[in-house]
Amino acid sequence: MISRFRILPAYYAFLVVLLYLPLLVLLLFSFNDGTALSFPLRGFTTDWYEGMLANGQLLAAARNSAVVGVGVSTVATVLGTLAAIALVRYKFPGKTLFLMVAVTPLLVPFLILGVALLILFSALDVDRSLLTVGAAHVVVAIPYTVLIVASRLVGFNRNLEEAAYDLGASFSYFLRRVLVPLIAPAMLAAWLVAFTVSFDEFVLASFTIGREPTLPVFIFGQVRFANRFPQVVALASVVMVLSLGMVLLAQRLQRAWTRR
Amino acid sequence: MNGPSVELVGVSKRYGEVLAVDDIYLAVGEGEFFSILGPSGCGKTSTLRMIAGFEFPTAGVLRINGMEMTDVPANRRNVNMVFQNYALFPHLSVNENVAFGLRVKGMENSVIDERVAEALAMVQLEGMHHRKPAQLSGGQQQRVALARALVNRPAVLLLDEPLGALDQKLRKEMQFELKRLQREVGITFVYVTHDQEEALTMSDRIAVMNDGRVLQVDDSASLYDRPSTRFVANFIGTSNFLTGRAVRLEGSVGEFEVAGVGTVKAQPAGPISEGSTTSLMIRPERLRLNASEPGDNSVDGLVDESIFVGNDILYLVRLKDGTVFTIRDQNKGPEARTAVRAGDPVRLSWAPAATTIVSD
Repeated sequence: MISRFRILPAYYAFLVVLLYLPLLVLLLFSFNDGTALSFPLRGFTTDWYEGMLANGQLLAAARNSAVVGVGVSTVATVLGTLAAIALVRYKFPGKTLFLMVAVTPLLVPFLILGVALLILFSALDVDRSLLTVGAAHVVVAIPYTVLIVASRLVGFNRNLEEAAYDLGASFSYFLRRVLVPLIAPAMLAAWLVAFTVSFDEFVLASFTIGREPTLPVFIFGQVRFANRFPQVVALASVVMVLSLGMVLLAQRLQRAWTRR
Repeated sequence: MNGPSVELVGVSKRYGEVLAVDDIYLAVGEGEFFSILGPSGCGKTSTLRMIAGFEFPTAGVLRINGMEMTDVPANRRNVNMVFQNYALFPHLSVNENVAFGLRVKGMENSVIDERVAEALAMVQLEGMHHRKPAQLSGGQQQRVALARALVNRPAVLLLDEPLGALDQKLRKEMQFELKRLQREVGITFVYVTHDQEEALTMSDRIAVMNDGRVLQVDDSASLYDRPSTRFVANFIGTSNFLTGRAVRLEGSVGEFEVAGVGTVKAQPAGPISEGSTTSLMIRPERLRLNASEPGDNSVDGLVDESIFVGNDILYLVRLKDGTVFTIRDQNKGPEARTAVRAGDPVRLSWAPAATTIVSD
């Protein structure tokens, strides 16, 4: 027992360091006065951040990713919620198959999915653009949204639906006034996860991208140029802090929601 | 009276292989407090859910206020339900929960406010209207559920074991409350419960169900005094049984030969033929212990045990044939209590009118 108590905290500390050290290093180097990413640190500068804000291409790529992310997470949340409702609340033939089909994209290597989508889009004669990236991302974001919303629906009191009908409500009235308000926290969580999935996805994007790059594709292209790299580091730091903030915000929202 | 509020004619409900409700006929009068009583799995909840419109009969016809409603879904029926777990909308305030049905109908806000306030006053929940269900006690949630249903002024109010989740004391209070409400609003209540005491206390009439069938429909007193079957007798109250062969059925009193015990008289004799074997039931409180003037029926036995239950004493008495009878005797103080002890021989007696003939 005693040894277990000693090992667990140490193991936990090790994990935390392993997870957060790279992020910390990233943050450090974004303020480092020098293009070489190596210790010792040279001095404090905000040059990279200023350069980043002046870099039109980089900002455009960030905006592209944000636009795709918002679109993807909205579509994936709506579709995922509907699928989750069907899965949890109704019995229908082929239900297991439906669940498998909905979740499988997570298990297929993205490289293969990317190639498949590339072939599909050219076969259908669809010009590659941010729209095709979005379509690809919706495919891989849906499993997350389905599972997140379904987990909330499992705990949903079935009588609430009957109570709504009993009081004269139609299915759509029940959806709007009872179900959606109650699963809204899960839908928000699903939206945020889908956004993250889309925002930093590189493999599928690189296969389905048109002329306008998303942020990961753009960053990958910049890695080759050593003098521009610190700007990428600065951008990565901003993205990291923002997404951390977003997660914290989501948690606070959800807590406020349950208290209400 | 314009005919029954709810009418089930030969209604059956089958779930796959299971016949949950088996060809039942029920007619619930307008303004009646009608209970469906039975053990779990007897089909009472399925029956209620068919009246509500959540389930549809496999066979038979269902009418509400004379209109056929057999296949009409719940949201197009003029009935409302109070659920066992209340099923209040957790994200809505008390006010909005109660207003739900009226908002669905698209009523004007001023009318809704008025009727919601009226309904909340009726269940004595004024001043709670801004709270969320989670901030209410079980009894208060129960009242909200009642108000939410009654505010729609349904033709029939359905209640699915609504007091099951409450503690004993609150349950008693709510029983009277429900009865008062029902008298006030004059709406037909169909009340499902497995609690015989609840049903006996509140109902105008009770339907006893078992295995998907309706065994008997009667008022409380008749059900208790004249159960038609052994199951009903056992389910409602405590019963003592003897098995007897009809030896003389002249006039209003029947004589039965009970092996190992002797002759037992029953009044009225009931629709049986001489020579046939039947069950005879005697309620524990109708039996007298060592009475100075034994009635027409008297048997000897030995006291197995005496059990103190407060206002009454229960004696378990073994008859000569081995049958154990339960006798409920009023607690008349310490002296009377010690007069009869375990192991003592006693004489039990009862009137012919206390003997009921029941079928198996």
